[in-house]
Amino acid sequence: MTWMLFKRVLVTGWKNFARGGAVSAATVLIMTVTLAIIASLVFISALLSYTLNTIKEKVDVSVYFVTTASEGEIFAVKDQIEKLPQVANVTYTSADEALTAFRARHAADQLTLQALDELGGNPLDASLSVRAKDPAEYESIVRFLETSPALSVGGASIVDRINYAQNKEVIDRLTLAIQATREIGFMIVVLFAIASILIAFATVRLAIYTAKDEIAVMRLVGASNSYIQGPFIVTGVITGVIASALVLLLLWPATWYAGTKTASWFSGFSVANYYADHFSIIFFILLLSGIMLGAVASVLAIRKYLNV
Amino acid sequence: MIYFDKVTKRYGDLAALEGITLSVAPKEFVSIVGHSGAGKTTLLKLLLAEESPTEGNVFFESIDVNDLPSSALHYYRRKIGMVFQDFRLIPNKTAYENIAFAMEAVGRTDDEIASDVPYILELVNLADKAHNFPNQLSGGEKQRIAIGRAIINQPELVVADEPTGNLDPINTYEVVEILKKINELGTTVIITTHNKGVIDAVGKRVVTIDRGKVVRDDASGKYIL
Repeated sequence: MTWMLFKRVLVTGWKNFARGGAVSAATVLIMTVTLAIIASLVFISALLSYTLNTIKEKVDVSVYFVTTASEGEIFAVKDQIEKLPQVANVTYTSADEALTAFRARHAADQLTLQALDELGGNPLDASLSVRAKDPAEYESIVRFLETSPALSVGGASIVDRINYAQNKEVIDRLTLAIQATREIGFMIVVLFAIASILIAFATVRLAIYTAKDEIAVMRLVGASNSYIQGPFIVTGVITGVIASALVLLLLWPATWYAGTKTASWFSGFSVANYYADHFSIIFFILLLSGIMLGAVASVLAIRKYLNV
Repeated sequence: MIYFDKVTKRYGDLAALEGITLSVAPKEFVSIVGHSGAGKTTLLKLLLAEESPTEGNVFFESIDVNDLPSSALHYYRRKIGMVFQDFRLIPNKTAYENIAFAMEAVGRTDDEIASDVPYILELVNLADKAHNFPNQLSGGEKQRIAIGRAIINQPELVVADEPTGNLDPINTYEVVEILKKINELGTTVIITTHNKGVIDAVGKRVVTIDRGKVVRDDASGKYIL
């Protein structure tokens, strides 16, 4: 296509949009709703990921060492565990730190503190808190801990206990819940995205349907298919760009309002901050979705009217 | 120039045209008459390759129209200027843009468009309505714009399907005069009509179709139904 034809297609596409009146306005409105749904899905996905990560971070396995295990031996174990690919991080808590934390936790419970004093010394073990990258990996980490030769000195194990067994059921359930939430969340996102895209497609089809006689005349006048299609695609793209700009504008007050109302519900996740921090990526997602929706819907919708 | 060779067109069991053989020479003015449903419009649709014949062939300048691939149809249609009873102007384009569209479609330059469209608007006596949209024009004005669009690319053939069907007598007369003038300038014209006055005013070859068959072919313009 030469520059002259390209320019004509652009100008005609713009004129068709500007003169489209109610049809153009309705198409922009529906496309705006579609893109708003897509934007909401981005926020929902982010919120879901944030929530699941927060829950995941609360899950760990603690390895308690016998009181005779030296700090050096525990650190050797820590080094070994940290080298495991499935481990996110390992935190060491000394017996003294455990005691201080215990006392702080039971500061209001004089009876417990009195019992502790009567015992004399520090009855608490040093421990390693192990956090896996994925909760499903805890089983393999525990298996490693139970079979690792580094955990024994002179044939005697330096591990007092591992709290995995009593947490296993909770961890397994949580793992399943996280996985199910991710899968269901993904399916819902895809379903809504498809539904909203279909609505946008139907609207563009309807807009082009109103021009079907016009398309037939263009064919009979001798216009090529690409010359007929071009302006409709341009109109579709303009619709998509305007709709995405509208959504990007509306998201500022919407996320600010939603952010102030919901930040406390989602343990600190603010949609407004998320929008501000990820503006460029959301901008591209919406703009690209708008352009693709407008262009592809126009191409598909016009095809059936070109067989004159 | 045009040759219908034993053309039959059926829609299901219904035959719209049956074994039509007809030829049209260059620069002829042919009026096709017949009752509603006689097959006049089907004949034109076959010529424009809007429809394919069930049997037989339609030739335009030795080209079998039905052999043209879909991708080449628009080149073929550029040789024909089409005028419809219901005008079929593009509603969101002005009178000027409707005529210019036919030129844009064939890839004519902006300079050519800027010089030819005003000339054609003068020719159809609508220079003052250049920027009006179709809904701001009368029936006669719309049809004159449609004729302007049909002739702007100087086609070899102008086909008019009931061009005066929606017009009052004064506009009918004007349209017929324009079509006669186009023919005098060397363009082949084929029109379909019910209107005896049009046939009499044209005074050229008349082909009568009845129930899908050619029943008369008179050289001197007689309206007998």
